Order: sequence, then structure tokens, then C-alpha cells
Amino acid sequence: MALFALRRLLLSIPLLLGITFISYVVIGLAPGGPLDFLTPEDPNASPEVKERLIKEFGLDRPVYEQYWQWLKRAVRLDFGRSFLPDGRPVLTKIGERLPITLFLNLIELAIIVGLAIPIGVLSATRQYSLYDKITTIFVFVGFATPDFWLALLLMILFSVQLGWLPISGLRSLNWEYLSFWQQQWDFFSHLVLPIVVATFGGLAGFSRYMRQSMLEVVRQDYVQTARAKGLSERVVISKHALRNALLPVITILALALPGLIGGSVIIESIFAIPGMGQLMVQSVFSRDYPVVMGNLVIVATLTLVANLVADVTYGLVDPRIRFGGRRGRR
Amino acid sequence: MSGRHARVRRLLAWATCGLIAAACNGAIESPSDEGPTAGGAPAYGDTFIQASIGDIGGLIPSLTSDQSSHEVGAMIYDGLVKSDKDLNLAPAMAQSWTYSRDCLELTFKLRRDVKWHDGRPFTADDVVFTYQTMINPKTPAPFKEGFLLVKDAEALDPYTVRVRYDKPYARAVETWGTPMLPKHLLESFAKAGTLRESPQNSWPVGTGPYRFQEWKPGEKVVLVANPDYYEGRPYLSRIVYRVIPSQATIFLELKAKGVDYVNTLTGIQYARQTEYPAFRKAYRKFRYPGDNYTFLGFNLKDPRFADKRVRQAFAHAIDKQELIDGVRLGLAHESTGPLRPGTWAYTEDVKRYAYDPAKAKALLAEAGWKDRDGDGVVVDRDGKPFTLTIRTNQGNDERKKIAEIVQQRLKDIGIQADIQLIEWAAFIKEFVKPRRFEVIVLGLGTGSDPDQYVVWHSSQRGPDQMNRTGYDNPEVDRLLEAGRASCVQKDRVRYYRRLQEILAEDLPMLFLFNRDSLPVVASRIRGVSAAPAGILHNFTEWYVPKAQQRYTAG
Amino acid sequence: MAAKGAPRGELRQFWRTFSRNQLAMCGGAVVTVLVLLAVLAPLLAPWDPHRPDTKKILNPPSSKHWLGTDPLGRDVLSRVLYGSRVSLAVGFVSVGIAAAIGVLLGAAAGYHGGVVDNVVMRLVDLMLVFPRFFLLLAVLAFLKPSIWTIMTVIGLTGWMGVARLVRAEFLTLREREFVVWSESVGAGVLRIIFRHILPNAIAPILVAMTLGIPAAILTEAGLSFLGLGVQPPYATWGNILNDGRDYIEIAWWMTLYPGLAILITVLSYNLVGEGIRDALDPRLRQSRIGRIIRLGR
Repeated sequence: MALFALRRLLLSIPLLLGITFISYVVIGLAPGGPLDFLTPEDPNASPEVKERLIKEFGLDRPVYEQYWQWLKRAVRLDFGRSFLPDGRPVLTKIGERLPITLFLNLIELAIIVGLAIPIGVLSATRQYSLYDKITTIFVFVGFATPDFWLALLLMILFSVQLGWLPISGLRSLNWEYLSFWQQQWDFFSHLVLPIVVATFGGLAGFSRYMRQSMLEVVRQDYVQTARAKGLSERVVISKHALRNALLPVITILALALPGLIGGSVIIESIFAIPGMGQLMVQSVFSRDYPVVMGNLVIVATLTLVANLVADVTYGLVDPRIRFGGRRGRR
Repeated sequence: MSGRHARVRRLLAWATCGLIAAACNGAIESPSDEGPTAGGAPAYGDTFIQASIGDIGGLIPSLTSDQSSHEVGAMIYDGLVKSDKDLNLAPAMAQSWTYSRDCLELTFKLRRDVKWHDGRPFTADDVVFTYQTMINPKTPAPFKEGFLLVKDAEALDPYTVRVRYDKPYARAVETWGTPMLPKHLLESFAKAGTLRESPQNSWPVGTGPYRFQEWKPGEKVVLVANPDYYEGRPYLSRIVYRVIPSQATIFLELKAKGVDYVNTLTGIQYARQTEYPAFRKAYRKFRYPGDNYTFLGFNLKDPRFADKRVRQAFAHAIDKQELIDGVRLGLAHESTGPLRPGTWAYTEDVKRYAYDPAKAKALLAEAGWKDRDGDGVVVDRDGKPFTLTIRTNQGNDERKKIAEIVQQRLKDIGIQADIQLIEWAAFIKEFVKPRRFEVIVLGLGTGSDPDQYVVWHSSQRGPDQMNRTGYDNPEVDRLLEAGRASCVQKDRVRYYRRLQEILAEDLPMLFLFNRDSLPVVASRIRGVSAAPAGILHNFTEWYVPKAQQRYTAG
Repeated sequence: MAAKGAPRGELRQFWRTFSRNQLAMCGGAVVTVLVLLAVLAPLLAPWDPHRPDTKKILNPPSSKHWLGTDPLGRDVLSRVLYGSRVSLAVGFVSVGIAAAIGVLLGAAAGYHGGVVDNVVMRLVDLMLVFPRFFLLLAVLAFLKPSIWTIMTVIGLTGWMGVARLVRAEFLTLREREFVVWSESVGAGVLRIIFRHILPNAIAPILVAMTLGIPAAILTEAGLSFLGLGVQPPYATWGNILNDGRDYIEIAWWMTLYPGLAILITVLSYNLVGEGIRDALDPRLRQSRIGRIIRLGR
């Protein structure tokens, strides 16, 4: 078991290297360079600034050399400074955006899981019932409704028309002058709409998963046996079926981990939340290589860890899986 | 849409701010048109909240090229000169300036009462330092062109600066409107070439009407009034720039009175979405000609567009008024050349091209493009159809619409056009700079000075230079050189009138329209008046009467 | 069950279960209608979907323009109809590409195991770890944006689910008697894969594909939001919706109708997909399908 985890961990290292290298090459190949932003399309811009910056950023050297330079610093967790005029360290830029994204995503995930499990279980135990149909349609409507559309509609209703909730941002402008509890309420009220929109959109995945998992378990022999033994349906479901149906959910939860730090661009820009999604898109669009790479490394590492955690926990809760064998989950 | 697009979209539309940061600054002696006592006496206090679609790039404006940075920078920093409400140069930190008779020497007399926000006096040394920093090859400043023409600059005494030029330079004074940088804080960083990493870039010290208080990246920038401002303390005590990357959200915030100022509404917002009593009560809308033009640029290297008749055929095929109606809901003016309407060198007395598809077809036929088999598509002698791709940057809704309308109008005269929207960085690097395009839709700023050397001179056709169409006309070259090297306005008027006539006849690009600026300001803010320079020219005189102040704390 | 292909009885059994599922049947009917509408769009559309008319900017629904007009005065109904062709094409083609790659790689990995399996699965890991959005951006910036690029890119970044599914299916099936028997009598590898194993794995692949179509349509809509969708003037549901984004208040018809079109499509495909899966019943193991759903978003 420990051996298995260790082996996977060691395997992750070349994978991570591969990912960063490919990313580096892909960004380098993508047309347009960072300097086209510092030397804008304006009659008064000076072209020689570009030459200067090309040298300073080392963009005149071959890609593999640039990558090597980057890698040497990256292993010491030094991701350099942003190419943008603010020139701030990459880790600072990521660090100031990570907390809010993480916070929002954790809340969303908690709500989604909290709602999806009962929805999924109930619609599985009452397959083809009216309840099943309604929840099925409900979650898919959420899945298919464009985020920005729902967001703007809710803003118009709750903020512009009713005036109950603030429209955008994280805090009111007079936040510093509010009492502690007012501050908490203020912060919370800013988060309600983004969380509602994101939760509605994300419900489908989990609840359908849960429903499917449950359907599968209900048909298994041991559940049938439990039923045959005359146990009440309630007991059968909660004691036997649910527990087993939840097993794969753990995997999914672990796999959702890296998603926690990648914010949603659409929700963030509509609600003016300074999160990771916006940072990533902005840095890709402005070819801010150091920030893009820093971001990628973090996401990739988390994903690898999450994969590992998923495998290990799955193995722990489901002893049928033998480690090291190819016949595992994947 | 992420803020980046919007920021890029605007890069092209703010030349005045880029030329002279002071042009966007407030602090001006002229009283506002509106009586200062309308609805209450001027009072200090309140917070002014501006919605900004993109975050600032940094806090040393000379290093940035985005509009937000320059807007914020203009409040924190000042230059020696600024442009006044009529777009003329006016004194700022220099109280006066004089030219030598041969136009080669320029002497500034500085005000003696200017202090940096940290209390140190502002002197001639800071001016010389700013000049040296700007020409330092280690300084990544995108707008240093004007300084590179300077021969030398020296401080004659603490309040006198003398600048010398090798050749007369018409825009010499304007150059010095650049934000002045504090020598005592930046000297070592400037020498080392690490300005971007200096504390100044996150905690700036300037001489402007507002002091820096806070920058939360992606969220907001907060400035507070500078009580020691040399032209008097501004009335509004605090400015908050809120970053809201979505146009739709900004508009909803306006409706809910969450912001006090938006620098420009879209045409549809102005014409359709703000025409109801509650909005008119809460906000004042303004409309005045903007400082940029939108154009359809031809690649003159392409043999088809090297033929003037083809370019003129395009001019007759495209209905500018239709574009203005369709894209701006009428909130723009037809453009006939690159100069800003209303400025001293501008003339509208140039050749115009009426919308006339029949004439367009005739011109095409003259140039050898005819519909030979009656299928509605024009072909050349070898039967090759006239096809092209209209390219523009992705993320700019107006340009996309222009492309869509133009596409249909070209179809009417038998030309098949595709449209390609390309992400900004790729568009500029892969298509515009190497001149790998047929037709592009872009915008350019119009400064207050008519100098257009870099856009039209044949020496400026390199990949990193601004003569994007590849225009080469010896007469135009001569006019541009003469206009740039003269400091006699009367002569310059003559050169630039002729330039405009030639460009209108030659059509290296199709000048489409000048957009109107459409800002809105909360009606509780008084003292706002529209002028050729816009509305921000007297920002430090804006105020909210005591009774109507909303944000009293702070 | 252990025979090659799906015997008749099984098919009938499948249909019996499937047709009992009212939601899935409704979904199926809607999908059919949608495809018909898309095919017949040029006949049905009352106006030229590309021709601007600046005198009719954002007109509300009327007898002339049933669904109103857009910011360039074009008929929304015509654009939604034409848009359905592009949106559905994006759905089908990109899922086709994803399925082809997924089946090939998954089959190779599952059948051969060992080094091949290891390489393929590391590739899958790599693709999964790579933020998909970044990949889309990079590739779209690199290639010329066109409808084909969009389809290809969505396909190229969406095959991992299918690959895992097929691999797992192959791992189980290749141990079955009929495969072992075929091998022992010396049947060729390709023959074994395509004649014997693949037909048995077709059902889960089909489900994955049905669920992938709406996901691809949503991806295209998301790309449109970022301005990276299909080029103008061609309409897709995503870019009609995006054109109306700033006018929600004064022109609800611009976002409502394309939004509804997406919603109905996504809903029906999902209902059909799930219907098929439910009807196929216990042969399918949940974990794989769950992953497909998750990856779709």
C-alpha cells in the first residue's frame, strides 16, 4: 500500500516535468508575445523598448534554454516576476487571488455535495417516479443554463429591482467603517449570488453520479439479500446501499480537488471577483509566461496529488482493489 | 469577458492620455459652465466611485500602456504642462515656458510651491531625472519617442530647466506633459533598470491632486485628496476605481447607483437603456466627439489595393452612415481624415465619397475587376474572383459589427469577404506587424497635435513601426517632415491641410468614423462641464454639496 | 451475453426498457425534431441570417420577426435556426473525433496492456492534468479560427473519458472465453479487436457520445463568451447568446431563445443518453459513466 503510493508519487515527477515542458513549448509557440502589450499599438510607442525587454526576459534564447532557466528557479519555488508593468512576483499575484477562489469553491462544493446526495439517492430509489423526473429536469436545467445569463437575471431581480443584495465585488466601499458583524454580513451578502449560480450549474454532475451509483448498488446481490431477509426498505437503503454507493463519490471528491483553485472566469468577471480564473485568462491573453507557468504548476501538482489520493482512499475503503495490479480502477 | 480584452480594445483609443497624461488631469483655472452654486455650495468630502473595466497595469504610468493606469496615474502625477479644456497646452508644474528664436532651445520656469506627496519640494532636478530615466535604455517606457529627440536637458537653477534640440520639434512642449518622477525615491532603481520592481510601482509618490492609498489587484484602487495640492485641495476627498470586468455588470451597478462615473457608455446603452426618468434624475449623460477614429486599413503591398481605384471603389461601396447607425446608433461622426475634428489643423474641406455601389462597380471594372459570367462575383482577366479576409481583433464588439456590415456591402459589389477575429496578441504579431493582411479594422488615437509622422511617413514602414498600411508618398513625406520641424503654427496649418487633402484622395485607409465619448456622472456631483477635451479637465473642481454627500466617513 | 455482437433478443429487451422511460422517449423525440430543423434551416428561415439591417436594431418580437432582431437588425429566428446547424455540427463532429481517438487509444491500451497501456494512460493523465481551458486557448490562438478548428480542438481535448472507458471495457473483455478462444485459433489482432471486442464495448461508448454532444455544445458557447467561438457572421447558439449579453434588460429575446435552444438540446441528449444507459443496465459500471458526466462540464 505505502509502496504503491510511493511508486505513484515517483511516477508523478516525470509527469510533472513533462507537463511543464510541454506547456512551456506550447506557450512559446502560441502566436503573439508578451511584449506586444508593453509596446502598444500607438503612434507614440517606441520600438526599441521591445528589444530591451526581449533581452531582459531572456526571450531571445532558444526555448529549451529558457525552460531550463525557468526550471532551475522553479524547483526552488521561485517562479519569477510577472512580465506585466507591475513586475510583481508570480507567487504574490497568485497568493492574493487564491484565498477567495478557494473559499468560494469550498462552499460551493459543500453545498453541491450536500444537495446532490439526497437528490441522487432519492431519484435512484424512486426511479421513473415524478420526483425522479422533476429532479432530473431540474439538475439538467442548471447544467444547461448559461452562467452569465442566470447571473445577470438574478442581479437584475435581487439587486436592481428588489435591492436586497449587492451586485458585484466582495465588499461594500464603506466596509472599514462597519462593525464586525456587519462586515461579516456584508461579505456574505456579496457571495450569495455567485454561489447560487455556480451551485446550480454544478449540481448535475454530482447528483447524476450519485443516482447512477445508487441504482447500481440497489441491484447488487447483497442488497437484494438484505431485502429478502425482510429488512425495511429504509434500513436497506441507509445501512447497506447508501454506504456502498458513496464509495465512488469519495473518488470524485478527491478528483474535484484541483478544481478548487481554478476559478470560473465567467462567474468571476460577471461578479467582479478578483479570483484565479480571471488571473489565468488574463495572463494567457497577455502572454504573461511566468504567471501562466506558475499557475499551471500549481494546478498540475494538485491534480496529481488528487489522483493519488483518490486511488489510495478508494483502495482503503474498497478492499477488493488490489494495489499494484493493472486490474485496478483505471 | 475578461478585463483584458476591454483594456486592449481601448489601447487604441486614448492617445491624448498617452501623449500628455495631464490632458486627462483636472486642475484648471477656468470656472465650470454651470453656476458653481447650483443646488448647493462647493464642499469638501464624499467619495467618487468610478467603474473601470480593466485593472491598472502598474503605478508608474510611464511604464504602462493601458488606459486605466493612465487615468489613475493622471490623478497621482503631474507634468510640466497639460492640455486645457480646449486642448491647448497650458501651464501645470511649469508656470511658463519660452522658445529661443530658432526653436532649438526651450526653457521652463517651474512653480516654487509644488511638493511631492511625501513633503519634499519638487525641483528642476526631478525634471532632469525624469528625462534621463525616460531616455535610459533600461527603462521599459513605451512612450519615449519625444524624449529621444532631445539633445540635452539641464537644470539652470532649482526652478529653471533648459532643454535643447538638434532640430526644431513641433511637439517639444507637449513631451513635457509626461508624469514627473521623484528623483529622491527612484534614482537607484532607474540606474539599475529595476523601476518595475521599485516600491514606487506599488506605492507611488507624485505631485498630483490625489495621493495613493490602496491598490487591491483586480478589485480596486483608492486615492485620497492631496490637501497640499498646488492648485488647491480637490473637493472630492476620495476616488475609488472599481474594477468590474463585465460591461453588463457595470451597467447594472449604474442602475443601482453603485458607481458615480463611467467613462463611456456603449451606443445602445446611451440611446436605449438610459432614457427613463429615474436614470436621468440620478445621472447626467454627456456626449462629445471622442479622440480617436476607426478605420478600414488596406495592405498597400497587395497589388489589388495598390490600385487607387480599388480603394476608392471600397469607399463608394461602404455607407459610413450605415456603420454609424448600426454600430454606434448614430453616436459618432463620419471621419474624413486622421486629425481630430475641431483642432486647429483640422479641415473638412477634402474629397468625400458618397455611398454609390454603381460607381464602386464602375471603378472596379476600370481596374479590371468585372462580373464576367453574371454570377454576381467580380473576377480579374484570368477569371480569379476578388476574395479577401477582413481581420480585426477579437473582443471588440464594434469592430466585429463593422466587419459584418462591410462584408455584406462588399458582397453587393461582387467581392467575397470572410471575417476573422483574432485574439489581440496574435493579431498584432502575426498579421498587423508583418503586414500579412488584406483589410483590417482598427482604431487610432487623434492627439491634440496634428503631427502624424509615425503613421504616414514612408520611413515608418518597418514591422515595429506604425505605418501599417505601407503608405509611401514623397509629397506626404515632405509635408510631414516640414510640419514636424516647424514651430510656427501658421505654416503647420498649411502643411497639414494639404496632408489631409492628399490622404482623402489617396485613401491608404478608409476613415470610417470618430466615436463620440459618452460618459455619465452621478447628478449629485456638481461642477461638471463638457468641453472639447472632455469632462475630466476640471475634475478637482467637482464637488458634492454637503447635504447630498453619500459617503461621509473617511 | 458472451456472444459476439448484440443478439436480437437483447436488442428487443433494450428497446422495451428504453421505451418505458418517458423522459428518454421525450428526449429522443426532441432530438429528432432538432436535427430535422437544422437540416431544413435554409427552407424554414424567413430571413437572411447574415444580412444586417441597421433600421431594425434590437426590435422586439413581432409578426415579421417572431423572435425579434439582434443588435445588427438580423432576424433572431433565422439565426437560431442556422445556428442549430453549426451547434449540432460542433456537437457531432467534435464528439466523433473524441470518440475515434478515445476508442483507438483505449483499445490499444486495454488490449495490449504493458508498455502501450502505460504510455497511453500517462498521456491521459497528462491531458487531464493540463487545464483544458488553457489548452483550448493555446490551440485556438495557434490555429486559424474556423468552425473546423473549434470542432477539432474540442474533440482533441475531450477524448480522455472515452479512452479510459474503452480501456476498462477491453481489460474485462479480453479475458472472456470468446476472445481467448479467437486468439487460440490464430485470429488477427485487428480482427479480434474490431469483430469481437469492440461490438461488446459499443454500448458504453454510445452513451458517452450521447452525453458528450451537449457538453461540446456548451463548450462552444463558453468559447463564444471568451470571443473564441465560430467566426462571424455565422451564427451559433453560443454567439447569438453572447451578442445579447449586454442587452439582457432591453432585449430579453436575444438571450432567451438561444438559451432555450441550448437548454432543450442539452436536456434531451442527456435524457436519451441516460435512458440508453439505464436500459443497458448492469453491464455498465457506474464509475466510468460518472467520470464522463464530470468531464463533460
